[in-house]
Amino acid sequence: MALKIVKGSIDRMFDKNLQDLVRGIRNHKEDEAKYISTCIDEIKQELKQDNIAVKANAVCKLTYLQMLGYDVSWAAFNIVEVMSSSKFTYKRIGYLAASQCFHESTDVIMLTTNQIRKDLSSPNQYDTGVALTGLSCFVTPDLARDLANDIMTLMSHTKPYIRKKAVLIMYKVFLKYPESLRPAFPRLKEKLEDPDPGVQSAAVNVICELARRNPKNYLSLAPLFFKLMTSSTNNWVLIKIIKLFGALTPLEPRLGKKLIEPLTNLIHSTSAMSLLYECVNTVIAGQYWFSVGSKELCVQKLRILIEDSDQNLKYLGLLAMSKILKTHPKSVQSHKDLILQCLDDKDESIRLRALDLLYGMVSKKNLMEIVKKLMLHVDKAEGTTYRDELLTKIIDICSQSNYQYITNFEWYISILVELTRLEGTRHGHLIASQMLDVAIRVKAIRVFAVAQMATLLDNAHLLTGNMQRNGICEVLYAAAWICGEFSEHLENPMQTLEAMLRPKVATLPGHIQAVYVQNAAKLFATILKSQEGNTDSTAAQDTSQLMIDRLPLFVQSANLEVQERASCILQLVKYIQKLQQKDVEVAEEVNALFAGELNPVAPKAQKKVPVPEGLDLDAWINEPPSESESEDEQPKAIFAKEEPKHSRPRHTEVDEKELARRREARKQEQANNPFYIKASPSSQKVYQDAPGVEHIPVVQIDLSVPLKVPGLPMSDQYVKLEEERRQKERAEKKKKEKKKRKEKRSGRGKKHDSGPESEEDITPAHQVDIVTEEMPEVKENHSSKFSNIFFLHLLFWVCDDKKSSKHKKKKQKKEKEEKEKKKKKKHHHHHHHSDGGGEESVQNGTVEEEEPLPVSLSHRLINPQVVYDIQGNLQDGSQVVVSVIFENKCDSFLKSMEFNVLDSLNSKLQRPEGSGPHDGLTVPFQLPPGVSNEARFVFTVQSIVMPQKLKGTLTFIVKVDSSTHEKLDFKLHFTCTSYLITTPCYSDAFAKLLESGDLKGSSVRLEGVNMPFHHLLARICFHHHFSIVERIDSCASMYSRSIQGHHVCLLVKTSGQTVSIDAKCDEPTLLGNVLDEIKQTFSQC
Amino acid sequence: MQFMLLFSRQGKLRLQKWYVPLSDKERKKISRDLVQTILARKPKMCSFLEWRDLKIVYKRYASLYFCCAVEDQDNELITLEIIHRYVELLDKYFGSVCELDIIFNFEKAYFILDEFLLGGEAQETSKKNVLKAIEQADLLQEVSSFAVDRFSAH
Repeated sequence: MALKIVKGSIDRMFDKNLQDLVRGIRNHKEDEAKYISTCIDEIKQELKQDNIAVKANAVCKLTYLQMLGYDVSWAAFNIVEVMSSSKFTYKRIGYLAASQCFHESTDVIMLTTNQIRKDLSSPNQYDTGVALTGLSCFVTPDLARDLANDIMTLMSHTKPYIRKKAVLIMYKVFLKYPESLRPAFPRLKEKLEDPDPGVQSAAVNVICELARRNPKNYLSLAPLFFKLMTSSTNNWVLIKIIKLFGALTPLEPRLGKKLIEPLTNLIHSTSAMSLLYECVNTVIAGQYWFSVGSKELCVQKLRILIEDSDQNLKYLGLLAMSKILKTHPKSVQSHKDLILQCLDDKDESIRLRALDLLYGMVSKKNLMEIVKKLMLHVDKAEGTTYRDELLTKIIDICSQSNYQYITNFEWYISILVELTRLEGTRHGHLIASQMLDVAIRVKAIRVFAVAQMATLLDNAHLLTGNMQRNGICEVLYAAAWICGEFSEHLENPMQTLEAMLRPKVATLPGHIQAVYVQNAAKLFATILKSQEGNTDSTAAQDTSQLMIDRLPLFVQSANLEVQERASCILQLVKYIQKLQQKDVEVAEEVNALFAGELNPVAPKAQKKVPVPEGLDLDAWINEPPSESESEDEQPKAIFAKEEPKHSRPRHTEVDEKELARRREARKQEQANNPFYIKASPSSQKVYQDAPGVEHIPVVQIDLSVPLKVPGLPMSDQYVKLEEERRQKERAEKKKKEKKKRKEKRSGRGKKHDSGPESEEDITPAHQVDIVTEEMPEVKENHSSKFSNIFFLHLLFWVCDDKKSSKHKKKKQKKEKEEKEKKKKKKHHHHHHHSDGGGEESVQNGTVEEEEPLPVSLSHRLINPQVVYDIQGNLQDGSQVVVSVIFENKCDSFLKSMEFNVLDSLNSKLQRPEGSGPHDGLTVPFQLPPGVSNEARFVFTVQSIVMPQKLKGTLTFIVKVDSSTHEKLDFKLHFTCTSYLITTPCYSDAFAKLLESGDLKGSSVRLEGVNMPFHHLLARICFHHHFSIVERIDSCASMYSRSIQGHHVCLLVKTSGQTVSIDAKCDEPTLLGNVLDEIKQTFSQC
Repeated sequence: MQFMLLFSRQGKLRLQKWYVPLSDKERKKISRDLVQTILARKPKMCSFLEWRDLKIVYKRYASLYFCCAVEDQDNELITLEIIHRYVELLDKYFGSVCELDIIFNFEKAYFILDEFLLGGEAQETSKKNVLKAIEQADLLQEVSSFAVDRFSAH
């Protein structure tokens, strides 16, 4: 015996203890698994020994191995052995091992009941403690049932150390053995007033957790908790109590009224963020908005959280904000700036939270602005995941509730087109489906959409150039379909057809090729129709030949769909060609192939189709299933007793009024639902309602929106346009309102709130609509007619104050001609002007004495402002349209205006046929005081490499008492910049361009430029119509293209205050002038 | 609280405490998933993430990540406080704790945690009380193990 003990202890000397094991594992990094398996073998040997110390050591090591992921369930019995040791050291290890390794399915647990009971009643509080702790981890329903009484007794133990643990573990017992709750509850409630704060807090904890599961049983405790809440200073307890009340208030609304005061007190006073957050959250969740100022308080506190530099607080602030947003979007919307700031945060999870918030924050008013901001983020986002997230968010935001917030679909299409520039996105199909959806449902946008899609098709190589960004080529699917389906709107269908039949198309995925082929046929039909009317019949035959030449490539396609369509269409075209050779007119019939408009169908449309006579939808097609199956279903009825349906009788209860109301509501609903097709028939209108753009005289358009049609759209411009448009609308509205007010003033002096513009005030420029016959804002369509558009803003006003010329639209350049002596004329005068800045209404000083108006106005027309902005388009390199806004700033009537420009060799004003080269053009409107209107004039330009100035005169008659003839001189400055069009360029295309060697270089240095690099770039983009190709740190490459197709490439570098621009262009003169203009821009600032 | 995990920057689990009954397989899967997710996060990111239907609160102290999973209605900030308290307790007990202390005395780390949390709820918010309980239990252990050593040596 003695020998055995000695042997045991000698063995022990060589045993590994836990530290040795850990060290060993760390030393055997290469063959860890092997080392551990030898260790486990050793442990198995140790467990076989009688010495409890050895066993405990082995179990301790096993617990460690278990954490590393090794299976130790085979040692469960040994763990129980160690647990039942009388020595605390081993017992502690045994219980630890059990709590780590046991779970409900461990069968030896049932052997432990008596041992645990014994330990619970041990005189040593640490034995009891260790047993309770262990039990909390592995308690099973059986253990809970058998030990519930023992634990309940411990709740009244003399030592708070035990009471506290017993109270807490009762929660686990209740979960496993719910019957124990009823007998234990009185004692638990007693513990809420235990002298020991730890026990008290444990009781609060348990009751709070219970109440979260089943609040209504705990309502009776509310007064007690209320007392605790107002007296306790322990934040841990307070948080739990507040949480508990959060669960109770939905059942007892009166509680909310009582709670709001202590809650707001806590919000004001606490310095603990966790408590503050809990209170705010409870106020939000409980909807305690009846209390005045509670909402403001919450939002204000959350703002502080979001502004905090601690990422965690920022995150939680945004999280809580999004909860308020659900019920009170208005109060969150006012913090838009803050949320937008969070998009710049370096923490992605915060950015994503902010994005979520933005989704709910958009309104008609701010959509463009928010999306613009998001687009900026898309450009600079690192990592495709986040960028893709941004992309989907942009689309989600714009398309939510049936495009409810979009007022200008041209803008949206432009955004979609810009998104196609994203490299490596997976969401090409998403963009594509949006394009299709918008083009189909917003009729008025089709002209614009088709033009954009044609450009996309034309530049398809940019999208598909890199196989890695394959996802984006889905967009071509939409582009091809839109161009085919709405081909009657195409400006240059031949070019598009050419683009669709390029050999490169064969590298696209099959389903896209199929759409290409099918829509090439549609295009072909349209072209045929336009060509057949012509005298020259060869054109039509050429088109057929093009099809016959190109289609065989697709006939060879491996894709079944492509092959089938292509061979079908090829044969058809061959047949058509045969007919053409015989001079048979075929266009009508070919078009019939694709006649008929595709309309979206409401999901519920099927219900409207009457059931044909004799068809019984309820009849069984096959024999009803066998009896046994129906029996299986019967038991369900026990749980969900269906009420007998008697919808018929219910109808009779509805009175007429109710019916009328419902009908009205339904109509309203239908009107707003683009999926709902109204009765008006419009199926065969394909050819008729293409707006006849041609016969709209150029000068007669009175546009509320200044026209600009860039080559590829820059969505930013729309933002500005939109602002202008809204301002005009607002001005008009105000005018109307003023009138109304005048009328009403005699009445009762009702208040008209002409304050901040409300959501409803913003009328959309386009509407999502599929039915209405009238196209919203047809005017918009004309814009595409004009290739290059100048902006010229002629402002007339009576002026002796130079400050009044401070209208600034960033894009505008000013030119002033000082012309007149100063008259000491003062005038009380408000200038409303409709240009972009818009926020300032200039006031020309206040009057001291009114003098009568002098008869002649000529003296008073000082400082005419010529303001213009040039946007070009690639489609016609020699034509520009100048859009002039005439604004009458004086208070006399102006009429018989004539606009004339002294032509130069290079630039000529286009005059109607038959008129001489010096004749002026009549402005087709008169201007009452304070009114502005717009007219446009077409110029032909030959060379665009040099800037030039054209002198012009405007003659008009001023009508005061008698009419006088007046003249106004101005200059039109055609800068070289104005011939540039913002054209996006991909970096690989850009590189190729530079490599080609056709471009000539030049460079310029700008000194003392004191602005951040991205501002600088933005300025170049903005003023000089460049787009950024790539930006790396303080270096960026930029690209632009002239209306005559010159490429202009810039490499902008900055170091300190010096900016160097290396530029290349295929036209050195143009380049030199553009650089001079850029230099000028920066010298002004 | 549903569970607490401690793991190193290399993704090695240093401590795990589960307050909900789960099979070993599920536990392994959860800890593997979470360790990966958290290690992939950038250092400047906030301490919270939504994971399945739970909220994960984690914080890094030196080379160790402390990570807790709480339920949807639970307070993230107080959970952070719990983590911080636990770190303070370890620090007091070991005297400026480091990862190795926890590796080599992992059972002690568990004992401290068990005195601080029980069944996933904070049982003692006073650091002093927790440490006192641990010290006394340790004392008991040393006395008894001393006796056993003496006994088994003879």
